[in-house]
Amino acid sequence: MADMITIQVARYRPEEEGVQTLQEYEVPCPKDWVVLDGLNYIKDRLDGSLSFRWSCRMGVCGSCGMTVNGEPKLTCETFLSEYAGGSVRVEPLRNFPVIRDLVVEIGDFMRKLVRVKPWIVRDHEKPVSEGEYLQTPDQLDEFKQFSMCINCMLCYSACPIYGLEPAFIGPAAIALAQRYNLDSRDEGSHERLEVLSEHDGIWGCTFVGECTQVCPKHVDPAGAIQRYKLTAALEGLKSFVLPRSAR
Amino acid sequence: MAATHDVLIVGGGGAGLRAAIAIAETNPRLRVAVLSKVYPMRSHTVSAEGGAAGVARADDSLDEHAYDTISGGDWMSDQDAVEAFVKEAPQELMRLEHWGCPWSRESDGHIAVRPFGGMKKMRTWFAADKTGFHLLHTLFQTSLKYTSVVRYDEWFATRLLVDDGRVQGVVAIELMSGKVEAITASAVIICTGGCGRVFPFTTNAAIKTGDGMALAYRAGAPLKDMEFIQYHPTGLPFTGILITEAARAEGGYLINKDGYRYLQDYDLGKPEPKPVLRSMELGPRDRLSQAFMQEVAQGRTIATEYGPVVHLDLRHLGKKVITTKLPLVRELCLKYEARDPITDLIPVRPVVHYMMGGIHTDMDGATPIAGLYAAGEAACVSINGANRLGSNSLTELLVFGARAGRAAAEFASTANDDGATVAAQTKDEQRRLDDGFLRREGGRERLATLRVEMQKTMEGCAGIYRTGDALAKGDDTLAVLQERVCQVALDDHSRTFNTERITALEFSFMLDVAQAIVASALKREESRGAHQRTDFPRRDDQRFLAHSLAHRADDGACRIEYKPVAITRWPPAERVYGR
Repeated sequence: MADMITIQVARYRPEEEGVQTLQEYEVPCPKDWVVLDGLNYIKDRLDGSLSFRWSCRMGVCGSCGMTVNGEPKLTCETFLSEYAGGSVRVEPLRNFPVIRDLVVEIGDFMRKLVRVKPWIVRDHEKPVSEGEYLQTPDQLDEFKQFSMCINCMLCYSACPIYGLEPAFIGPAAIALAQRYNLDSRDEGSHERLEVLSEHDGIWGCTFVGECTQVCPKHVDPAGAIQRYKLTAALEGLKSFVLPRSAR
Repeated sequence: MAATHDVLIVGGGGAGLRAAIAIAETNPRLRVAVLSKVYPMRSHTVSAEGGAAGVARADDSLDEHAYDTISGGDWMSDQDAVEAFVKEAPQELMRLEHWGCPWSRESDGHIAVRPFGGMKKMRTWFAADKTGFHLLHTLFQTSLKYTSVVRYDEWFATRLLVDDGRVQGVVAIELMSGKVEAITASAVIICTGGCGRVFPFTTNAAIKTGDGMALAYRAGAPLKDMEFIQYHPTGLPFTGILITEAARAEGGYLINKDGYRYLQDYDLGKPEPKPVLRSMELGPRDRLSQAFMQEVAQGRTIATEYGPVVHLDLRHLGKKVITTKLPLVRELCLKYEARDPITDLIPVRPVVHYMMGGIHTDMDGATPIAGLYAAGEAACVSINGANRLGSNSLTELLVFGARAGRAAAEFASTANDDGATVAAQTKDEQRRLDDGFLRREGGRERLATLRVEMQKTMEGCAGIYRTGDALAKGDDTLAVLQERVCQVALDDHSRTFNTERITALEFSFMLDVAQAIVASALKREESRGAHQRTDFPRRDDQRFLAHSLAHRADDGACRIEYKPVAITRWPPAERVYGR
């Protein structure tokens, strides 16, 4: 039998009790097990009432983000053995309302995502029968990094601005706006600028960079935000010095 | 009673989202809803890696794509459906390009294509090795611009409402609140994916529990060709994480414990240094997984704590190819195996990956129940026959998702609602879900124990090689599990995000689907594609050039009927690879 490890899990069951509590479980800790395997062991063997989200368990669906020993992590790629000899504390992602146990409410992000128009905007669409919009590998590289976002919400959980100012549109939504702005097929950056330039848009970010540090897919939302601030500042400047027709 | 929606789509993966967009574009006045037990971008389409097939080059033709698909499927594909599929495939992939999918490109900016297993020409469009992820996010983000599409995120459908032979919607649980409601619609499209989770070792995500298949089966729609289950030859041991076929398409070798490219011993061609189309490592998945089992029998595999493995060798491809064409493969190997494919061998073994079978539909996704449609892995048109070719499934969900969407839109535009018994059916279902789960007391069976027994049973009797005896025993065990599930004990009695109730409902769906798989496999006394009976080792076109249709009787028993395969221009012949 493998060594055991103690997992402390944050429990919150609004129908039973109004406050969050910590519950401890002993689970095996074989070398191949991730935190999510430990949670599933609990659910299967010890306590079927523990609720959490998971699905692909290969780091691509974005379901299983939680706070592990204080840090936002995808639990399907965080190995229990990293914590061997100590204990593991698993809590819901921070900065979100908790629905139940380890499940948080992400409706705010889902609404913000729509606001940045994360789709190709064009003045004139060419028919599909005329073939592809040519795009060189270099042009693809311009936005590719920002297209890697899995919407796992780790960046919102790490973002100190979002924690204080929930109206801030946030790292992933801005990175996805940039994903389309930088796509050579897109002509919608002006429409997105209006959303992002609002008070709670990109100006909320103070470039602390936590979002980039925790991103499991190396999207670099902080880089997207800084780059966009520059664009927005230039556009803002144009509106002062140029007549409307020349902007 | 007027329906809340014109078309309700159950499942928000690739097929469901493509259907939703097709409806919104066909008729913006139609009220479309997408209901999914997870947020759509969590759907399992996200895990597809290698690519999507569609003729793209001047040296290729629709007929060649059709022939590869039909021979790959061991002549079980309906050829009229395949012809429609290959014809619409390129325009669907091009449409994805217009919607922003970051397809990998040639240096001149045109779409790049790569080779793939069982394909005689290069026609697999790809976005590095994260094609499914990009395809799903492109579809999801594009769907957000259609204001006629509303969503029920994290709702779980428990029952189809059917009145007087016509679908009326579903009953579903909202996970967040636990409330149970009827969501009515003039037409319903099931796009809930496959059921890989009935097996213990699978590439499939936790959500792949055959929900839609079971919903349709219980409502009286037959499940077609359920005995055909695809084992992908290269899964990582323990996790079952998929290592894409693209790794072999880029030139990877499969080697046994002696470092020998063993596929040359299984009538798959001669080993060449560079990949050869329709040969060796680029043979079809069924044949490669069967070759692995033969190597195990001959003691030429490598023993590990998670069972026998062979090695996938990518080292000779070099760092540049691996990091640009196969970045996810490298990421997954580093993370989950602590091995770097640039310098190390990757241990792999066959893993349950895809259901060729599914809800019986015609070429427009229509099932025998009026107003009920299905598309994607949940459906069986069938273009995949007895063995699907890699990179046909992403294209399939686009082509047939769009077709089902258009057909359902047309049906809904003329539908005449009645649904006299909908209210009573809903009340029954609410009672079942509350009394049977939330208020359930006692019980002595643990859900996880039953699930493990079902999965072991399925691996034991319905794996790569099967026998009549093992299938008959498996059928008995599943019947016992159906009894035992009535004795299950539940710990969770709250409404709020009660995942245990969902897990119990999913398990019940899986058991029904598992029974259909075993019953279909037991009746098919031949070997064809992914269905290999050691007691009937030959293909038998006289008796079995026909789709199986599993019908569920009122007492839960499964009755199998057969429907002839549609043959247009390619009469049944020998499958030839590497010669």
